[in-house]
Amino acid sequence: MTLFFIVTLNGLTLAALYFLAATGFSLIFGLMRTVNMAHGALLLLGGYVGFSVVEATGSWGLGVIAGGLAAALAGALVQFGILGWMQGDELRQTLASIAISIIMADLMLWHWGGITYQVTLPELLSGGQRLPLLGVGYASIRLALMAFALVIGVALWFLIQKTRFGAVIRAGVDDQAMLRALGFPIKRIFISVFALGGMLAGMAGVVAASALSIAPGTDLQFLLSSLVVVIVGGMGSVGGAALGALLVGLAEQYGLAYAPTYGAVFTFAIMVLVLAVRPQGLLGRAEK
Amino acid sequence: MHSEPLLQIAGLNLRYGSSHVLHDISLTLGARPLTILGRNGMGKTSLCNAIIGLAPHFSGSIRLAGTELTGLTPEHRARLGIGYVPQGRRIFRSLSVEEHLTIVAQKGGDWTIERVYETFPRLKERRRNLGDRLSGGEQQMLAISRALLLNPRLLVLDEPTEGLAPAIVSDVVALVREVSQQGMAVLMVEQNLHAALAAVEDAAILVGGEIVEHMSAQALATDPAMQKRHLALELA
Repeated sequence: MTLFFIVTLNGLTLAALYFLAATGFSLIFGLMRTVNMAHGALLLLGGYVGFSVVEATGSWGLGVIAGGLAAALAGALVQFGILGWMQGDELRQTLASIAISIIMADLMLWHWGGITYQVTLPELLSGGQRLPLLGVGYASIRLALMAFALVIGVALWFLIQKTRFGAVIRAGVDDQAMLRALGFPIKRIFISVFALGGMLAGMAGVVAASALSIAPGTDLQFLLSSLVVVIVGGMGSVGGAALGALLVGLAEQYGLAYAPTYGAVFTFAIMVLVLAVRPQGLLGRAEK
Repeated sequence: MHSEPLLQIAGLNLRYGSSHVLHDISLTLGARPLTILGRNGMGKTSLCNAIIGLAPHFSGSIRLAGTELTGLTPEHRARLGIGYVPQGRRIFRSLSVEEHLTIVAQKGGDWTIERVYETFPRLKERRRNLGDRLSGGEQQMLAISRALLLNPRLLVLDEPTEGLAPAIVSDVVALVREVSQQGMAVLMVEQNLHAALAAVEDAAILVGGEIVEHMSAQALATDPAMQKRHLALELA
């Protein structure tokens, strides 16, 4: 039974990370129809910057903020400088974002090298917690990561459902041409949403570097997981990203623990099943 | 006051691939509200799209109060004072009625959210409902309100009575008359001849992408032969 609880907690940890990584990716796709293949690179950039800031200042919180801001800025620049010029041409954008991803990965390899980094944890998060009901001990940082994902999820839901900016984003997801015909500066909105998605990815990078570790290749690992998560959960919705992340994270960990030979198959089995039965994703809306 | 008309279209040609959708359209619109009539597929919506900026590849000139619109984005044109009520209403399905209004409302215009709710009490009752939970008539009221809240100089309506119950059609007609009497320029594209002629003062007929007639609404209303020739109405 202890194994089951630990595996479940590992699955939830992974799900929290996948959610943080995928939700920005999903938001960008939902609004702009851009498949941003540089999303993993933004996440890794956030992780590296966060690591460097924590090393320099000793403050973990400052590292998370700096990682988020660095990736937000990079995301805004990518949209403003490159992808925004080919808006509406999705294939070209996808290919360009692959190029950006490769260039960013090489630049980061040049600056940070090929070694694995783990962010030094603050005292408060470095130990473990004995969980009262389950009777198992678990790393504090992983529990904090789950709480962090929960807070981000609620904040994002509030932003999208309850604010004027969120209403404009939803309107853009529903009917972009109509939103433009009403006078909304679509380019600025796109850049803001790209920055928001980048910020989420960057913060995910710092927490990934804290709870696990980051190295060259982490970018592609999270890009792949984000793709699977949004395919399963449905593109363009926070709830879809959460549900997709939960399913994929748990499936991966249960697979590893109980059927290690076939561990990798479970995730893709879920994806195939969803694509066969509900191609728009579990919480996605069918295209008109 | 401007000496030139608010909307001035000259030599407008629009092609989609090899099909020539609009031929040499020239028309002006000033204080007198105008309807453009025509059967399906005659280029009515294409003409709206050219004015709004959703059909970018055209030749010719479209000017709003002297400003050339060619090459400007739809968002820029909207800010210059064009309010658009699209065919099929195009309500945002995941926004509530109130959100539709708050995202476009501006300070200091004639049309405010309060005035919309006074004009359409039904929208106030349903202000928490999502766009796709509204009836066709409610959606049309919302689509018109959304455009009016921009306090535009020119209101472009694309088939605003399509698919509505007769009582709602008269509401739309009354509203179009009201805003045009209060000084807003109105261009109303329609298939519903009777509604259009009741709402506006001038009429142009579009056949195969060309304007073949341009006359007062009253003259067209009293000329069944012309109605039959271009609009193929079944006359009772």
